[in-house]
Order: sequence, then structure tokens, then C-alpha cells
Amino acid sequence: MYLADSRSTKAAVAPDTRPGRRPAAVPGTVLALGAVSLITDISSEMVTAVLPLYVVAGLGLSPLGFGFLDGINNGVGALVRLAGGHLADRGGRRHKVVAGLGYGLSALCKPLLLLAHTLPVISAVLAADRTGKGLRTAPRDAMISLATEPEHRGRAFGVHRAMDTTGALLGPLIAFAVLRATVDGYDAVFTVSGCVAVLGVLVLVLFVPGRIAPVAAPTSAVQLPQPPMPPRPVLRDALGLLRRPELRRLTVCATLLGLTTVSDSFLYLLLQREGDLPAHLFPLLPLGTAAVFLLLAFPLGALADRVGRRRLFLAGHGVLLLGYGLVLSPWHGAPAVVAVLVLHGAFYGATDGVLAAATAGAVPAQHQGAGQALVGTGQALARFACSLAFGAAWSLWGGRTALAVTAGALAVSAVVASFVLRTADEVPT
Amino acid sequence: MTRTTRLVILAVAVLLLGGVGAGAVLYTAHRSGMRDQQQANGPTVLAGTVSLRPTTGRRLLVRNLAWGPHRDEIATVPADDPQGPRTASAVKCLRFHAAAGTGICLQAVHGALEDTYRAVVLDSHLHELHRFPAAGIPTRARVSPSGHLVAWTVFISGDSYAGTDFSTRTAIVDTRTWAIDDNLETFHIVKDGRPYRAADTNIWGVTFADDARFYATLATGGQTYLVRGDIAARTLTTLHRNVECPSLSPDGTRIAYKKRVKGVSPDAPWRLYVLDLRTMKETATAEHRNIDDQALWATDSTLVYALPGDYGSDLWTVPADGSGSARRLMTSALAPAYLG
Repeated sequence: MYLADSRSTKAAVAPDTRPGRRPAAVPGTVLALGAVSLITDISSEMVTAVLPLYVVAGLGLSPLGFGFLDGINNGVGALVRLAGGHLADRGGRRHKVVAGLGYGLSALCKPLLLLAHTLPVISAVLAADRTGKGLRTAPRDAMISLATEPEHRGRAFGVHRAMDTTGALLGPLIAFAVLRATVDGYDAVFTVSGCVAVLGVLVLVLFVPGRIAPVAAPTSAVQLPQPPMPPRPVLRDALGLLRRPELRRLTVCATLLGLTTVSDSFLYLLLQREGDLPAHLFPLLPLGTAAVFLLLAFPLGALADRVGRRRLFLAGHGVLLLGYGLVLSPWHGAPAVVAVLVLHGAFYGATDGVLAAATAGAVPAQHQGAGQALVGTGQALARFACSLAFGAAWSLWGGRTALAVTAGALAVSAVVASFVLRTADEVPT
Repeated sequence: MTRTTRLVILAVAVLLLGGVGAGAVLYTAHRSGMRDQQQANGPTVLAGTVSLRPTTGRRLLVRNLAWGPHRDEIATVPADDPQGPRTASAVKCLRFHAAAGTGICLQAVHGALEDTYRAVVLDSHLHELHRFPAAGIPTRARVSPSGHLVAWTVFISGDSYAGTDFSTRTAIVDTRTWAIDDNLETFHIVKDGRPYRAADTNIWGVTFADDARFYATLATGGQTYLVRGDIAARTLTTLHRNVECPSLSPDGTRIAYKKRVKGVSPDAPWRLYVLDLRTMKETATAEHRNIDDQALWATDSTLVYALPGDYGSDLWTVPADGSGSARRLMTSALAPAYLG
């Protein structure tokens, strides 16, 4: 009886092809959302880049051991994400409104930083900023899915992630340019970041359509369509999505693989210690991963459209496994570090947008927000759990052994996931 | 809304937001420029020669924060006249310390893409002997009493599984061989008598006893410890809990440190304490405000430390035995070191 499952979802989702327009491989809506993400990431990475300096050098505070409410943040962030996805699906598609609230909340936090001079207040502002991020992620991915032809979703998410990462790489450059021009003018950095964030919200409001409608059923703004679900679905309905075998499989696999994915920070820490990397090169490691991710997000997304998203998602974890092996191998030195970063960036390119594209294919149009939130939250919570476990394992056995154990677990997870996901892949014929 | 309308709105918004941003940058740059002007009622600062082997009695060296052309330069005053005119060296440091003719100066290097940092070892004429790249934002620096060893601590961010958390890197250099240990976290830790390892260890605030032993802070599992370090054996041994930024007295018997006390505001939790290493007895000093500095022993009985001031920070002094009261030593200064 589940045979029809993958087919039926395909029929339920709707490409964004307005009459008279040729369906584009990467629709305007996706480019608009990519631009919003690019601009917003410039804004948020500007703050992230100077915040340590601001706290230590500008305010003269010792931030050690403060924790920045991160544990709580992760839990709340997960709930907010679920709520964001669910709210966006509710009573017609309000993806744009919920995403707009998320972007708006984060934009509001930037000027608040001008007033925050103690660690508890800064930490609270950062928490609000992240709440905004949690709120907007699922509706945004839902809009990307809805706006794109199912067979081009990998490419669309790839474009979006590449634009997003471009913003993340530009942000620090702009922040330090402002800091240089103003001689330690952190206020100016926060103000400019706020302006950039407002611009992002504006691009969303102006250029992302409020209703991303199926071609077959064009709707006017006045005439609300009757969704095939109850008009006021509750959170239970969102979780009820897990009754859909395809989404359940995907969520289980994303969670399982997330449980065996070592966080970036731990990987960099190990890379530095195992590879005897000079301490001052440490800040460059995340840039390496991001640059590779930026370059590969689009080509790998397009590849996913051809060979199958789940297949590429699994292959991405294989690449990560190779990276772990390389960290554990006796091959050290700069080329080894570069190779690990290339593999790490390729892992993100093959999994981040690709998972969202795979999720889109497993959820009907009216549940895109909740579906994206569910899979994303499962993965995020699993990764956080992995971090806690990895920290404990490090204390018990040392970092090297902890990574070896995690690599073993990742291999097992990947094999299990390949069996679970094998049942139905949505390779276009 | 037509496409043209939307583009016009966007263009107007870009102009408005660009104007606000540009205004903020110009205003802030102007405000920063004021710091190059000599402030009214500020201390007199004159360019001159600064030596780490003073011949004219005991000197106090500081990073001068007074507004004017010599802001951020290492400057010196007679130890018995700290409010007097300052002699500036033209050497700029974020953090500084010196002993026995050796100086350690932590500097920012403003690159095209981002700021980087370096630790520069200086000779007695403040000339560069050797430089090392530093991994993050400078926070502590110390030279051993002999002048042979130097240590520094920097903050780095994003080096934790939880994201926005901060961590430290502490390095020790032997100036006789230029050998560097650029991460003390690789030392073997003996905690409460047993070998210990964890991913979340952080070490900061080295204070040297001699060329073989030092003290520092170790943080792990949400707790801080005073550790004794052995350079040859590469070990760190915990001695006492709740000790940050230790500073060893010249006679080697006591540690001045930041203690995190209960029942105070979470953003100002530290008070200045002194620990007797023989009895492990803690004594609170008469400084009752929050302090966030690695204190310096001016003599065997007096401490000097920085507190926030009108121009960044001021130096204060208080007796080490808990008696007396805190007194301002000099305004607009940071990172003190006594020489001679």
C-alpha cells in the first residue's frame, strides 16, 4: 500500500510556474530568498566576527565560562523551529509572514546590541537573535521547495546555500572594514549590521511572493483555498507527519547520522591537535570549510537532482567518514589539513541543501514548513546530543579515540541509513 | 505593486539605510579621532626613552590610555610619583609585562581582511628580539623574574561545541632558545591527585615562580582551579579551587587572584583575594568592587590592579593582607610592571 507513496507526494507538490512563464531551473523566488539569506548572513556574521573583540577589548570583560545560554538555546531553538514550520503551514500558507517575523526579530536585535554592555544582556540579545533564526529557517526552506519544480530542488537549495554562505564569508570582511574606518567603532559595526538586516527584511517583503501557489490552482488574494487539512491544525498534526513512512525514514536517518556527526568545533580542535597545526592558524579552519561549501553547494545540488538526493546525502556522510579517517591517519601537515577541510566542505555541500530537497519530496505541499522543521530539528538535536557525548568521550578516552569511535558509529549509521533509505529514491526517470 | 514600484522602494531604502550606515561610520570615526587629541586635565605625556633596566630608581611601566598622540604606548613614571608626567616609548601594546630587562608586548596587526595578533619579545631598549603569531585576542602577559621565560594568554571564540562560547590559548616561550609551547592544554593534568583529560580544558593567567615552575588557572567542567605547572615535566597539578588569574608574590608565598563569589551580580562576580600557599588560607582584600585583571604585586605587601575608568581603565592599589582601603594609583593606564 505504500507503493504509491513517493508518487503521490510528487503529485501534491506544486512548482512555481505562473501562466506565460517558462519554468526556470532556479525560480526568481529562490533567488530572492537567496538574496535575503545573503544579506541577512552579512548582517549576522558582521556581529559574530566582532563580538569577541567587542566583549574582550571593547568592554574589557572576561567571557570565559560564561556559556552564553547555549544549552538552553539549543533546546529552545529546536522548539522555535518546530513552531515556525507549523505556524507557517497553518490556515493557508503563511510562510512569508512567519519567515518575515523571524528575519525582523533578528534585525531588531542588532540595534539592541548598542545598549548591551554586560554579558547577561548580550547573551539575552543573542538568544533572541537565534530565536529569529529558528523561526525563519523552516518557512524559508518550505518556500524554496514550493517555488521549485520537484526535479530541480537540489539545484535550487544548492543555489540558496551558496548565496547564504557567500553572505557569511562577506560579513566579517565588511565588519573589519568598518572597524578599521572607525578605529574600534563597534557601535558603527552594530549600526551598519542593523541597516543591512533591515535591507534583508525589505527584500523579503518586496520580492518574495506572499503566496507561492500551485500552477493548477491559481488563487487570488481574496479567495482563500480550502486546504485539505483541518483549518486550525495543532502541533500534533505536524508530528503526525511522522506517520508518513517516507518522511519518517528521512527523519530517522537524518537523526541517526546527526548523532554520529562530530560538531565543527571538535573537528577543528582535533585537526589542530592531531596535526600539530600552529595555534594562530586555527581561526582559518572554518573559513576553509565555508569556502568549499560555497563552491560545491550548487554543483552537488544539481548532481543530487540527477543521481538522487538520498543517495548524495549518504555519499556526503561517506565523504565525512573519509575526513575523519584522514584526521586519524598518520598523514599530517598542511596538505592533510587542506584535504580534511575540502572533505568537510564537500560533506556540507552534499548534505545541507540536499537534505532539505529530499525532505521537500517526502512532504505534501501544505505541510512543507512542518516537514522541513521536523527533519531539521531532528538533525540539530541529534548533533547537539553528539556534542555532549563526544565531550564526555573525550574526557574518558581522549580526543583521538573519541573520534575513532564516532567514525565507527558513523559507518554503522550510514549502512543502516542506506538500507532504510533504499526503499524509495526519487530519481527522475 | 508593480516591479518598478518595488525597485523604486528598494532603491530609496538602500539610499536611506546607506545614509544611516555611512552616518554612523563617520560619526564614530570622528569620535575615535578625538582620542588623538590631548584631553583636558589629563596627565602630561612626553615622548622619551624608556628602558627595561632603569638607572634612575624604581619605575612603573604601563600601557598609557590617556588621550593624545601617545595613547596605547608603553609609558613610564617614577614608582614613587605615579601621578607625575609620563615618558612614552612609541611602542604600542594591548598587553604588556616586563622583568629583568625582558618585555612581552601583545599587539594587534590590522590586516586587510581581519585583525591578527602577535606576541613580541622586547629587549631592555624595547627593541624587538623575536615575534610569534598569537591565536586570538590578547588578555594576559607575564615575564619570569629572571627575564628568561615569557607567557601570554589570548581569547579565541567559536572553539566550543556549544557555539558562541569562548576559550583561551596560553603559550610559554623560552627566550634563551626561542622554543615555544603554544598551547598549555597539551600539558598532562593531574587533578585532585589523578590524571585528568577533557575537551573543555582552558588554561590562562600564567605567573612564574622561577624558570622551572609557574602557576596558572585551569578551567574544566564549569570549575576553575589554581594549578602549579612544571615546565620540564609538562604537568599541571591542581592545588585549590575557584582561583582565576593568579599572581605570585615576590617572596613566592602568596597568590593574589580573582575569586568568583556567591550572591553577587552574575556580570560582576569576581573579588580580589589572596591565598597563602603554605596554609591555603584565603584572605579577602579591602577592594570590594568586581575586578577583572591579573593583579600585580608592587611590593610583598601591596597589590596593583586595573578597574574600568573614564578613559578605559585606571590603576588602583590595595594592601594584600586585607587591611586598609583601595586607592587610585593613576588614571588612564593598564598593564602595569615595576622595574628596577
